[in-house]
Amino acid sequence: MERRHFLATSSGATALALAASAGLVPAHAQTAPAWNKAAFESKTLAEVVKAIGASGAPVESKDLVLQAPEIAENGSVVRVGAQSNIAGTTQLALVVEKNPSVLAALFDIPAGTDANVSTNLKMGQSSNVYALAKVGDKLFYAVKEVKVTLGGCGG
Amino acid sequence: MSDPMRIRAQAQGEKTTVRVLVSHEMESGQRKDAAGKTVPAWFIQNISATHNGKTVMNAQWGPAVSKNPFLQFAFKGGKAGDKVAVSWVDNKGDKRTDEAVIS
Repeated sequence: MERRHFLATSSGATALALAASAGLVPAHAQTAPAWNKAAFESKTLAEVVKAIGASGAPVESKDLVLQAPEIAENGSVVRVGAQSNIAGTTQLALVVEKNPSVLAALFDIPAGTDANVSTNLKMGQSSNVYALAKVGDKLFYAVKEVKVTLGGCGG
Repeated sequence: MSDPMRIRAQAQGEKTTVRVLVSHEMESGQRKDAAGKTVPAWFIQNISATHNGKTVMNAQWGPAVSKNPFLQFAFKGGKAGDKVAVSWVDNKGDKRTDEAVIS
């Protein structure tokens, strides 16, 4: 409760870094060492961008294709895919703007693997969905609004 | 213990498309139970796939990925008969690895 309050009243990634170093983050979040905790606790797109180590604001790109339905009847299963035609894409991220934690999934794309992934996401309410592609230290994005008729979070 | 994953790997030309269906609760940490207590988050944090020992996919997931998650990706260089192994780790430290043969 205290941590939530703390996060809600402070802003930006510095607060997150402080919270993490002060050990206020629950222990279970630290079991998988490769898990980018700061990124997954981000509340805004800008925080995600910072947490995955990109410099500068993301740029909209037509070479990045976001596949998502316009209307999702059931918010607990929304098929979302991202395909990047930008050479040298090393990471793809899926971000749901109005979820409690905006980052849903982060994919590393090793050489030889297509920058084309899809998965099912939960959406609490109608929201913009972003696909982010990391190329070098630059980020590109594609966005689409998905309307949800039945929310998939809370209950 | 968790149920096995369902993995389908299909080679077409030089590309191999892999579809994975994982059996996992993926509890978001937002839901409340009948007594009004928050159900703690329980979700897969890392999922990775290897082909002949080489990592072909490595993803980090948050609790916003759906229950019984689906994952699709494609890589170059797989042949029919090769094996693809997929493994995940969740935030409770549970893990599971399953293998499939490329068809």
